[in-house]
Amino acid sequence: MKKSVAISGNSGPKIRSDCEIVIELKSEGGIIIDLTSKVKVLYGESIKILISEILVFFKVQHAVVKVNDSGALPFVIAARMESAVKQLISTDLEYLPEFLPENSYSTTRNRFRFSRLYLPGNTPGLMINAGLHSADGIILDLEDSVAPEKKNEARILVRNALRQINFCGAERMVRINQGERGLEDLHFVIPHNVNLVLLPKCENADYIKLVEKEIAGIKSKLNLTKQVFLMPIIESALGIENSFEIVKGSENVVAVAIGLEDYTADLGVSRTIEGKESFYARTRLIVAAKAAGIQPIDSVFSDVADMEALKQNVMISKSLGFEGMGCIHPRQISVIRQGFAPDETDIEKSKKIVLAFETAKLNGLGVVALGSKMIDPPVVARAQRTIDLAVRLGLLSAKWIDETSPEEKEAKKETIRQ
Amino acid sequence: MKTVINAAGRSVPLEINGQSAIPFKGVGKHKPEGRKYSPPIPTCYDYPDDGNKVVSSLEEALRKCGLSDGMTISTHHHLRDGDLVSNKIFELASAMGVKDLIWFPSASFPCNDPLIKYLDNGTINRIEGSMNGPLGRYVSEGRMKGTAVLRSHGGRVQAIQDGEVKIDIAVLAAPTADSFGNAKGTCGSSACGVLGYAKADYMYASKVIVVTDNLVDLPCFPMEIEGNYVDCVVVVDKIGIPEKIVSGTTQITKSPDRLLIAELTASFLEKSGILKDGVTIQAGAGGTSLAIAVFVHQLLKNKGWKSKFGFGGSTKYMVKMLEEGQMGFILDAQVFDLDSVKSIENNPNHIPYSVFNAYNYHSKGNLTSMMDIMILGATEVDLNFNGNVVTHSDGYLLHGIGGWQNCLHARNVILPIPLFRDRIPVIVDEVTTLCGPGELIDVIITERGIAINPLRQDLIDSVKGSGLPMRTLMELKEEAEKICGIPQKPQFEEDIVAAIKWVDGTVIDVVRKIKTM
Repeated sequence: MKKSVAISGNSGPKIRSDCEIVIELKSEGGIIIDLTSKVKVLYGESIKILISEILVFFKVQHAVVKVNDSGALPFVIAARMESAVKQLISTDLEYLPEFLPENSYSTTRNRFRFSRLYLPGNTPGLMINAGLHSADGIILDLEDSVAPEKKNEARILVRNALRQINFCGAERMVRINQGERGLEDLHFVIPHNVNLVLLPKCENADYIKLVEKEIAGIKSKLNLTKQVFLMPIIESALGIENSFEIVKGSENVVAVAIGLEDYTADLGVSRTIEGKESFYARTRLIVAAKAAGIQPIDSVFSDVADMEALKQNVMISKSLGFEGMGCIHPRQISVIRQGFAPDETDIEKSKKIVLAFETAKLNGLGVVALGSKMIDPPVVARAQRTIDLAVRLGLLSAKWIDETSPEEKEAKKETIRQ
Repeated sequence: MKTVINAAGRSVPLEINGQSAIPFKGVGKHKPEGRKYSPPIPTCYDYPDDGNKVVSSLEEALRKCGLSDGMTISTHHHLRDGDLVSNKIFELASAMGVKDLIWFPSASFPCNDPLIKYLDNGTINRIEGSMNGPLGRYVSEGRMKGTAVLRSHGGRVQAIQDGEVKIDIAVLAAPTADSFGNAKGTCGSSACGVLGYAKADYMYASKVIVVTDNLVDLPCFPMEIEGNYVDCVVVVDKIGIPEKIVSGTTQITKSPDRLLIAELTASFLEKSGILKDGVTIQAGAGGTSLAIAVFVHQLLKNKGWKSKFGFGGSTKYMVKMLEEGQMGFILDAQVFDLDSVKSIENNPNHIPYSVFNAYNYHSKGNLTSMMDIMILGATEVDLNFNGNVVTHSDGYLLHGIGGWQNCLHARNVILPIPLFRDRIPVIVDEVTTLCGPGELIDVIITERGIAINPLRQDLIDSVKGSGLPMRTLMELKEEAEKICGIPQKPQFEEDIVAAIKWVDGTVIDVVRKIKTM
């Protein structure tokens, strides 16, 4: 039996860009909208029109709708309305805001994943400008940052965000819940061009396979062709023991992350800044990832005010073999990116390889050799990625090949022959 | 009421509060002739030989100064939100049965909201100063008897010197004073640093009352208010609430978006070449401005450069530049935090500097036009770079002008502002209220891109190929509207509730009464 009053969303003095909606179903009297909004003068009429449209869409004819709005964007209001309506009536309908054409990009298996910014899945205010901070990936989180009673409304909000927010080229990621609920979450995100799904508290390959199957089912039903990558997060002793099996669980696994809060809790020890207690887990995971040819990603650093400690942490992380780290505040992004960015030695080496490749191409050679040493295509590709990244980070001029003198070019080839 | 279209295309009245008003003629076009207003001539024989002008209470002082109906009472705002004196004046006036006073503060704060009571009961006819929060709302809803007049800090001095505003009694709170009326702001439990905004008041008012909670032996030195202008001195328990006078510490913004704007601003200053050795800087005390100051400080340090001087409102971040050698002097018109109070008291290179030398239209030159970097805010900017600082897009009067209009005369006027606040777009087709003409606003920096005024081809050229996200205002506006939706316009009645003065005393725009639904 469905109830007759439903509430969804958030309001209060500290809430911004969100709204709280209370719908009471009635048997007569039509639709009554009671709107309180800090933007009423500017958007009052359009908010009322949107709400009426949504009620018509879900065939609700008699209801009192109370809206307490603190500047929510239309896709947020729509998500709050839909999750309130769905507490009152049974329906398979989805009120989908327009899918922005600029959101239809895909990402590649080997792209850099230095920084990925976590955004709580039920807090719209943090999502709107998230793409401006140049993170490699943006994670809309349905798991730990969403309170249990808010899980359903977060799914709808995240779905709408995937359609309406331009994340400016960041890899579009969602962290689903564990277990059965996580499989249900997939239905809200896979149809809306999510590039990568994070699977929390992974402990074995079976779950990866379940997720794969669910995704394949959704894709085939909707004729979706774009690849959806997976990033399991290992957060327990059992997960660490099974890490190689997990990362080999699907060819769509492109990276694996470690979650140290839960891992240290599982071990019954405290998490320290030096991280001795998790050294084994981290290196074990790195080895598993490298053996499987995917990217190992480090846990988040939780003191958002201490940039110096973060920098130190990134240095250790990189030296162990990690290729990225989670961020919980946009300020961490540039520190992490600079930390994982190629240093001068990386760049010089990559320049040599790329130069050798370019020369081979000019000479019509299919195989690149430096002296007696053959260079594999992935090595060239990786060197080119390092160069691209160095250019992207402003460490190297985009026209560096033209700016390299012929003598320098010769010298570089010489040094690599040795 | 008869209105005309002024040079900025705005419909303005020819008369405000029964006084004739001159419509805005264009930047630098209005040049009044004649002589400055002068206060009545006093005679020293009318004052005590022993120099002791202390009277028993503020009420007695007001009576002695002849408080009566229709008078103009001025106050300064150096005690900011901790001011306990301004409200007291009108409480006493109300009890004395005085009506129709004009309050002429250099700015008002939320602590002045209780004055609504005295606007309601007829003690105060109108406020000529800034209108914030509930006071702004009160005025916007057409509830104030007279018409509000908003002026810049410099425009306030101009209005006094033109005789447009004749101050009958200036009531000047002073953190430290002697019995002769010499006063300063650097010490005492209500220390506020400087008292520069009171200068025009004590020089031009008919009567001057100094109110202090820290009476010291003569001479109170170095005096910022000179006792020879003062009629009475009143000693009270407390003139202010210290923690509300200056913030214990000013805070850099924590908002990732504002930090991004600050970072972009610093990057723009660097890449455009505006930031250079010897640069002169003015930034405010808002969270974004403070972050810009920190980024600029780092840039100066990295390059081994030094700013010749900075103009305050000073904050600890500016003080840090001074102390660490990246700034030669701080010239200061107001002080925002405790570190700055300490600095101005102890550091000889941190110098009080009044609005006379910085902002005044009738000065023989001003500091603002010498500033290389001027960081300002705005509630709205339109496609012609016109700025609004007094009303929000919903039409309500919510801020004062401060020194904003005066500061527009700097070499490079840069407005780092978010593209939208919550859902409210900041870049609009036409500003709700015009406060500053677009020809004086050079650069708008938002989290989604930077727009340079087409009049500044030199700046446009300077950042070509810099990799900075350059956009037009139209592109930025369209991006905001794509995200937020196109807003409706607020609805106004015909009634004028406030006049906005330009720095020269002409009327640049008016605010009309909000149509309540």
